[in-house]
Amino acid sequence: MRTNNVVGLIFSNAYDSAIPELTTLRTMGSVPFGGRYRLIDFVLSSMVNSGMSKVGVATKSNYQSLMDHLGSGKPWDLSRKNSGMYILPPFSTKESGGVANRIELLHGCMNFLSHSKEEYVLLSDCNVVCSIDFGELMEAHIASGADITAAYRRSVKPALTDLMSFTFDGSRITGISVGAPTGEEETYSLNIFLMRKALLERLINEAVSLHFDNFERDLFQRNLQTLKICGFEQTGFVRTLSSLQSFYDVNMELLDKENRKQLFARERPIYTKVRDDMPTIYGLGSEAKNSLIADGCTIEGTVENSILFRGVHVGKGAVVRNAILMQGSMIGENAQVCCVVMDKNGVLKPGKTLCGDKTFPIYIGKGIMI
Amino acid sequence: MSRKTECIAMLLAGGQGSRLGILTKHIAKPAVPYGGKYRIIDFPLSNCVNSGIYTVGVLTQYQPLELNDYIGNGQPWDLDRENGGVHILSPYQQIKGTAWYKNTANAIYQNINFIDRYNPQYVAILSGDHIYKMDYSKMLAYHKEKNAACTIAMLEVPWEEAPRFGLMLVDDDNAITEFEEKPKNPRSNKASMGVYMFTWEKLRRYLLEDEANPDSSNDFGHDLIPAMHEAGERMYAYPFDGYWKDVGTIDSLWEANLDLLNPKVDLDLSDTSWKIYSRNPSSPPHYISADAQIQNSLIAGGCEIEGEVDFSVLFSDVVVEKGATVRDSIIMPGTVVRSGAVVQYAIVAENAVIEEGAVVGERPEAMQNLDDWGVAVVGEHITVGKDAVVAPKAMVDTDVSAAQ
Repeated sequence: MRTNNVVGLIFSNAYDSAIPELTTLRTMGSVPFGGRYRLIDFVLSSMVNSGMSKVGVATKSNYQSLMDHLGSGKPWDLSRKNSGMYILPPFSTKESGGVANRIELLHGCMNFLSHSKEEYVLLSDCNVVCSIDFGELMEAHIASGADITAAYRRSVKPALTDLMSFTFDGSRITGISVGAPTGEEETYSLNIFLMRKALLERLINEAVSLHFDNFERDLFQRNLQTLKICGFEQTGFVRTLSSLQSFYDVNMELLDKENRKQLFARERPIYTKVRDDMPTIYGLGSEAKNSLIADGCTIEGTVENSILFRGVHVGKGAVVRNAILMQGSMIGENAQVCCVVMDKNGVLKPGKTLCGDKTFPIYIGKGIMI
Repeated sequence: MSRKTECIAMLLAGGQGSRLGILTKHIAKPAVPYGGKYRIIDFPLSNCVNSGIYTVGVLTQYQPLELNDYIGNGQPWDLDRENGGVHILSPYQQIKGTAWYKNTANAIYQNINFIDRYNPQYVAILSGDHIYKMDYSKMLAYHKEKNAACTIAMLEVPWEEAPRFGLMLVDDDNAITEFEEKPKNPRSNKASMGVYMFTWEKLRRYLLEDEANPDSSNDFGHDLIPAMHEAGERMYAYPFDGYWKDVGTIDSLWEANLDLLNPKVDLDLSDTSWKIYSRNPSSPPHYISADAQIQNSLIAGGCEIEGEVDFSVLFSDVVVEKGATVRDSIIMPGTVVRSGAVVQYAIVAENAVIEEGAVVGERPEAMQNLDDWGVAVVGEHITVGKDAVVAPKAMVDTDVSAAQ
């Protein structure tokens, strides 16, 4: 398998500021998603399912929840004597005084990369919900003879700063813009890049010595003529999260059977930390419709069009509609929630009502009791 | 292994469980799935870990492949340890020849060397096929307090069921005065749960004596324990009053699963202070469609429910299509119930397919003669054809062709 020769590098903090509500206390990588996962599970599982066995997780700040989640890497089968998963704490150089941008972050990972025997490196962010076969990406990379291959998607571009859109000549990328979304269909970067490790090392060393600080402009736009950068289209269920609204919408997209089939294909499982919950109990008088519900919940009321994480309790007579309730949330008897994103261990006391709108979901912070 | 261990556990997991029929055709009884995501052996293993016993020998003999695979290195139970941990102990070849485990006491006898490596003071002998939550450390404290050679966990059972059990007569101090093995007219309703705590030095001696006795059948309940009692050793009963079930038959397996849906039953698996650990499938959360109707059921990850589910336990990745009905049933992982099919009062094993319009099992109310009624069982990887009928009490281990 060619992917044996690829080391993965995941940026756990990339675009943290896009969803400030969920990332005040955590990294983008540890944002809960899809009923039982954290965002990093998707790209990490994709890498493992593609046969990669060495992955570095670069961190910048707030990474305690991420470390709790990843542990030794066991759930992804990455707790190994040789290779496996490595958490890379921020590495600040004397010159930088802190880790400010992606180039410096990569510079801090150089030690890890140079000690890896793999010839290729695959870079990825965490705010992409996907299950991608990187083996195919590798095949395409070899076949096209590209220096860098960038995964992209054709759709309306998410509103993220510096997110690249590409224009092509065949599969080769000939133009890169980082402007605001046009609202029309574009071909935008998924921020998943494959290249030779030696090339990345050279690019980063150059960039650092020249005091370059912009990954997109200085590494990609500047080198468009000298390097052959090719695109690799993803047509499956791949979504880039760019705001609380898109977090809400993409979660809700999982209520569609076709999307679930693509994201949770049985031969490509998404792994996550084990919690040893019992299966979910549906009580007498409960009513659940069109919902995705994780283990360990107790449902005694009504749940519709919602995503329930592990260990959620919905009391008798309570009504949950169009809501995302994270791990350990409690909805008291006869309480009502609608269009709400409730972070971990939130509590809505009996009889209370809380309503947002599909286009403006209300966010309730971690552990807040209402 | 020089580090001394106070107490280790030996888990008897070699039983076939022949009364479970096709469910144990390819797996040992302790590996039988239970409760939506568990296997029976998760209970004694989790009890050990929760009680602070981190050295566990699992004695396997009958169809051990799946059980060995399931236990693996013990990681799901936190039993992958440098010191101790879980060890699979299968019969092995010795200089005097190869011997199967003849019986429970003989199985332990053959592993005296294993126990000696840990040099424990106490050894818990447990059964791998009971469902219960029990703190063995409390039992050990009791054992020490009574300065006993052997302590036997004791459960009061209904008098009418007493003849099915090994019974004990005890004095006011719970010292055992007499044993009765499955008597017709019981004088006690205090049953042995098959959970023993021994002082190793004593047990070791009686194991050697028992093995040397040509008349012995080498069984704990039948031979070794009575021998200890006759020799005048201090033997005590440890009263237990929680939920305990030996799922020996199809009916009791079915019942034990549905007990989880009865709030009056004293077995709470959601209690975080005494978790039951298991090997977890990596399935996504389950999905309940807009057409689904679910009442009083237990549903595991990866299920896709579009039909009606009532008073049932569904394991991971079960599909219930639109218009299908599952009631009063246990459906094991990966099984598909197609549109219009009805599964009632049944246990359907792993990866079976119940085709459109098929009917498995029958409600007792619909029977003319209740003696003909029983839980229907469909074996693993079996297809029940379109509109076919599986009678109550039936056990299906070959595909059932579609009705003409």
